[in-house]
Amino acid sequence: MDGSHTRYAYSVPMSIRHGLLALLERGPSHGYQLRAEFDAATGATWPLNVGQVYSTLDRLERDGLVAAEGEPDAEGRIAYRLTEDGRRELHTWFASPVSSRSGRDELSIKLALAVTTPGVDVTAVVQTQRSATMTSLQEYTRLKTRADGDAGELAWSLVLDALVFRAEAEIRWLDHCEARVARAAARRRQAGTPSSAPAADTPSATGGRR
Amino acid sequence: MSAPVLLLSDVTREHMQGGTTVRALRGVDLAVHAGELVAVMGPSGSGKSTLLHAAGGLDTPTSGQVLVEGVDLAGLSPAATAAVRRRSIGYVFQDLNLLPALSAVENVALPRELDGVRRRQVRQEAVAALAEVGVADLADRFPDEMSGGQQQRVAIARALVGPRRLLLADEPTGALDSTTGEEVLQVLRARCEAGAAGVLVTHEPRHAAWADRVVFLRDGVVVDQSGPVAGAESLLAAGGSA
Ligand SMILES: Nc1ncnc2c1ncn2[C@@H]1O[C@H](COP(=O)(O)OP(=O)(O)OP(=O)(O)O)[C@@H](O)[C@H]1O
Ligand SMILES: [Mg+2]
Repeated sequence: MDGSHTRYAYSVPMSIRHGLLALLERGPSHGYQLRAEFDAATGATWPLNVGQVYSTLDRLERDGLVAAEGEPDAEGRIAYRLTEDGRRELHTWFASPVSSRSGRDELSIKLALAVTTPGVDVTAVVQTQRSATMTSLQEYTRLKTRADGDAGELAWSLVLDALVFRAEAEIRWLDHCEARVARAAARRRQAGTPSSAPAADTPSATGGRR
Repeated sequence: MSAPVLLLSDVTREHMQGGTTVRALRGVDLAVHAGELVAVMGPSGSGKSTLLHAAGGLDTPTSGQVLVEGVDLAGLSPAATAAVRRRSIGYVFQDLNLLPALSAVENVALPRELDGVRRRQVRQEAVAALAEVGVADLADRFPDEMSGGQQQRVAIARALVGPRRLLLADEPTGALDSTTGEEVLQVLRARCEAGAAGVLVTHEPRHAAWADRVVFLRDGVVVDQSGPVAGAESLLAAGGSA
């Protein structure tokens, strides 16, 4: 098991933590609602149980990234809101590439949330990741060139090939995502609804990143 | 560090298109040194071919400077530009551009012959360049007697022949299968390691990864670059545990 998972009681991946922060950027919400929104944003590819949501919220509150908002409702549910620290943490997450250490799911979840969170420049998120993955791909290629010179290194070279093809697939997928986001934005512009569209969908709402 | 073999400073290229201006390149800066291979990636229409045309003296920017080995191409007569192109620059075109009436070896030899190099020597050089990309046995075939991938390798051989200092390749692996594409990249890489400067336009991330630097173009602007990071071991540790 790798390091990024061990901080959490029931091995809650990093992206759930940031996923909840992203959902709270839309406005205060309580645990049940967050769970439903997370499923909707990620196409239910990574179903969460409510226990995971509440334990993650507890930790986020302890770390000062979210705060309870108002009194419990009639059913005793507490709504949470994002704090300024939480917002900073969220934007740092969107601005940093996912490392191959954290597993591929984090990247797809991050992009799913990027297109639905207000104030996120999706193109910048995609480019940051593409550049980081390309740098890894260049490094694998260099190591492979070295390994290829040595007959005893075939096994090692094949392992490197696996990393190479995986990185390549990720870059292609990122290209595909970028093209689809651009096409969706163009279609909205054509429909003439830029002002009525939610802020997350307008590329100009970039939160200052470029 | 020595002066770059290719230097683009603030290069802008605009096309007039039915009353509106298409800005194919907007303020591009790029320096490529001897021994360096740079890949250019970007979606269709982002300005990759325009950048390469400007670098190769095939097109003049609307504004900005292009220096090849310190010489400003804009200051040269058309004849002098053509001579620089033949002597210093090897160019692989996106659409190959082989002359149909010439055999493979004649196509490869042509730029050197125009430069007045001795016939025997030209032929030897041309055959060597064909061998470098693995098609020496096709020397006497005509373009329409070769597969797309074979023609592509001949076009690459033409760019490699003689002592070229600057190699410009526009999608040179487009018609090649994965292994052949990789071999061609190895040849390009080796030429750069032997002292040439190279710019490679490609859609293939795996091929771009052979470069020392990858430049990302979007709508005529360089938006980002990726290069080697310190500590290959840390990267591998990361990849290995994924
Ligand atoms: N002669 C021309 N007249 C008008 N517009 C042009 C001309 N040449 C290129 N363009 C425009 O300039 C932009 C950049 O074209 P360019 O050929 O450099 O793209 P590219 O990145 O090489 O694309 P591809 O991947 O499809 O080869 C495009 O919008 C193209 O339509
Ligand atoms: Mg092109």
